[in-house]
Amino acid sequence: MRFNTYDPEHFYDELFIEKGQPRPAATPLTTRIDSLPEGELQQRQLAAQNALFKSGVTFNVSNDTQGRERIFPLDITPRIVPAQEWSRLERGLKQRVYALNHFLADIYNHQKILKDKIIPQAVVESADGYLEPCLGLQPPRGVWCHITGSDLVRDRDGQWYVLEDNLRIPSGVSYLLENRRVMKSIFPELFRTMAIQSVDHYTSHLLDTLLYLVPDNVPDPTVVVLTSGSTNSAYFEHSFLAQQMGVELVESQDLVVADGYLRMRTTKGLQRVDVVYRRVDDYLLDPLAFQRNDPEAIPGLMEVYQEGRVAIANAMGTGIADDKVIYAYVPEMIRYYLGEEPILPNVETYMCWDRQQQNHVLANLDKLVVKSANGYGGTGMLVGPAATTAERQKFAELIQSNPRNYIAQPTLSLSRVPALVDDHFEGCHVDLRPYILYGKDIYVSPGGLTRVALKKGSLVVNSSQGGGSKDTWVLTD
Amino acid sequence: MLSRVANSIYWLNRHIERAENTARFIDVNFNLILDSPAAISQQWEPLVVTAGDLPLFQERYGEVTAENVIQFLTFDSNYQHSILSCLQSARENARCVREMISREMWQQVNSFYFMVKEAAPEQPTCVLHEFFTQVKLASHLFAGVMDATMAHNEGWHFGHLGRLLERADKTNRLLDVKYFMLLPAAVATVGTLDEVSWMALLKSASAYEMYRKRNQRITPTGVADFLVLDREFPRSILFCLQQADLSLHHITGTPTGTWENSVECTLGRMRSELDYLTIEEILQRGLHEFLDDLQRQVNDLDDKITKTFFSLEPAQPLRV
Repeated sequence: MRFNTYDPEHFYDELFIEKGQPRPAATPLTTRIDSLPEGELQQRQLAAQNALFKSGVTFNVSNDTQGRERIFPLDITPRIVPAQEWSRLERGLKQRVYALNHFLADIYNHQKILKDKIIPQAVVESADGYLEPCLGLQPPRGVWCHITGSDLVRDRDGQWYVLEDNLRIPSGVSYLLENRRVMKSIFPELFRTMAIQSVDHYTSHLLDTLLYLVPDNVPDPTVVVLTSGSTNSAYFEHSFLAQQMGVELVESQDLVVADGYLRMRTTKGLQRVDVVYRRVDDYLLDPLAFQRNDPEAIPGLMEVYQEGRVAIANAMGTGIADDKVIYAYVPEMIRYYLGEEPILPNVETYMCWDRQQQNHVLANLDKLVVKSANGYGGTGMLVGPAATTAERQKFAELIQSNPRNYIAQPTLSLSRVPALVDDHFEGCHVDLRPYILYGKDIYVSPGGLTRVALKKGSLVVNSSQGGGSKDTWVLTD
Repeated sequence: MLSRVANSIYWLNRHIERAENTARFIDVNFNLILDSPAAISQQWEPLVVTAGDLPLFQERYGEVTAENVIQFLTFDSNYQHSILSCLQSARENARCVREMISREMWQQVNSFYFMVKEAAPEQPTCVLHEFFTQVKLASHLFAGVMDATMAHNEGWHFGHLGRLLERADKTNRLLDVKYFMLLPAAVATVGTLDEVSWMALLKSASAYEMYRKRNQRITPTGVADFLVLDREFPRSILFCLQQADLSLHHITGTPTGTWENSVECTLGRMRSELDYLTIEEILQRGLHEFLDDLQRQVNDLDDKITKTFFSLEPAQPLRV
């Protein structure tokens, strides 16, 4: 396996400037791979997959009653991010999360940003993620989005963009941590020589973030991770994080509200719970508050939460910021709340509720990507250039029947990283999901989960749609 | 610890022990076939009778043949106590508490499950004999792995409690199978067959060598005494109850010999009754009646464990 035949073509390649010319930061890596004996890289690739499977780093295949699990394929050629570039991304993400947190606090309390007409009131009130029961909510320490997993992409010209923010229940961090563990055993020589920033502090930071929410007078607080159970596709991650933090992994059936507190059923009786890192949707938290009679929900939790006797991360109601129409206003939020210019730009976004922008979208469906405001996991979207006329027609009708629910963006040409495909390197499109923790300060995991579309030419990187992942090496100055 | 988690570890162990003991039941018959004169017919019906599922069996399979009984007790995924079903449940329980058990335990449950699932049920019975040996070994391996890799914490003790109660129950039923088998033989009173069949029973309980060291001569009274009241043999009923009692008191923190809840009270009473009972008294009362009564008590104990530790409800009604 050599890089000498690898051609980045006309894409932005994270490791190569052009054919035969690696970027300076990537040179130690490409030199090392080029020096491996024939077949060695494939061997190491195989060893990595085996290591992941053995330690059960899997996600559940939905609707599979046999309980089959699949690993999230790891391609062992890493992505490399130079230190300076990273520090700019880090500043940009912090700025963005500060602004989003201001927005959430504002929107559920004084609504100044609506009164000042920066964001139209109707847009907020019609968002799926806008939860009226959260009005007046004052979450502990004023933090709403404790864990954020923003998706970043890089276009053909090398410019970074924020694609979405993921303030509900972002997943994938366990793959990032387990990938790194495996990569250290695959390329020990490079980890010794290349000054790669460690990601291992994540779970300690996560625990600190959660413990920060406990009032000072609680001596021995109980933190739990709330999962919907072993059939959830991210169950591995839920149990992994609970285990790494040494806290209980609970299901809603373990929790009950009694004597004004949230408590869990233990073999020694009901025990008080102080912080819930929930990995379930808002409406699964309390059937009373959200008028959804879900058997999995915990009656009375909302009231205890509003009275400040339990902390929930992320706060209830953060889903509003995941609405793709609200996303379009994040640069405005940064200017409005922080008085700063955004460091990281949004992808240009056309909002279909605006008649003029809608006309533009309808006239350019073959060039744009259309997304539903609440879709995630690569669902409910149209990739214009790749779509058939019938598909475009269908989306044109969807847009016109419910304009509030659709936005459109130019089709980006995502950057690529070489990945091992059979016996050669193939340029595969990637995105990047760093994990941002908001506790006493904001911590950004160095790097993040690089998701890669391993299907040739594909732009979809989601685990549920044939994507894989790569380790992300952020270098030290 | 969480009630749900304790419940899962408890049942993980019960199901594995149950699978092992079903293999032992079937083994009694294999041992008999290997050790008996050719004229002695195999008796498969008692296996289904002691499992308490004869009506279900007849409805599903009709005729009692070796093949049907083995299929029913081993591979029938629609029968909830078959070996395969037990392992499926064990694996489900393990999956739900993966973060609480060791990686090695999970791997062992998983490979145990796949071993049984992939074993073809159409194999000739002589090959199956080896298969049941593998089932027993896989269960021992699980117990060993759990003992050596999981912290001996509250969860471990719940698992241990489950395993030993299941074992006490099944040694009990194994003796009961023998009781049913002896009915026709008792009429014929064939002395040598009687000894052979008691030996087969001991072998099925992995008790043959240990028994010989203790008693040398094989007598019905000696075997019953050994399997019910021996204080050192790890599959005897008394031994299982003693160990279960220790784990229970580890869980609650109450000193042994005292009690604070109905589980401790019931188990303590069962244990101390056996502590001071003689085999002569048991035989006088009737072995079958004694075993039947004990079985009922073990079931009752399980109910109390569930109520006390697993299905906790808040004292006050919820304000809805």
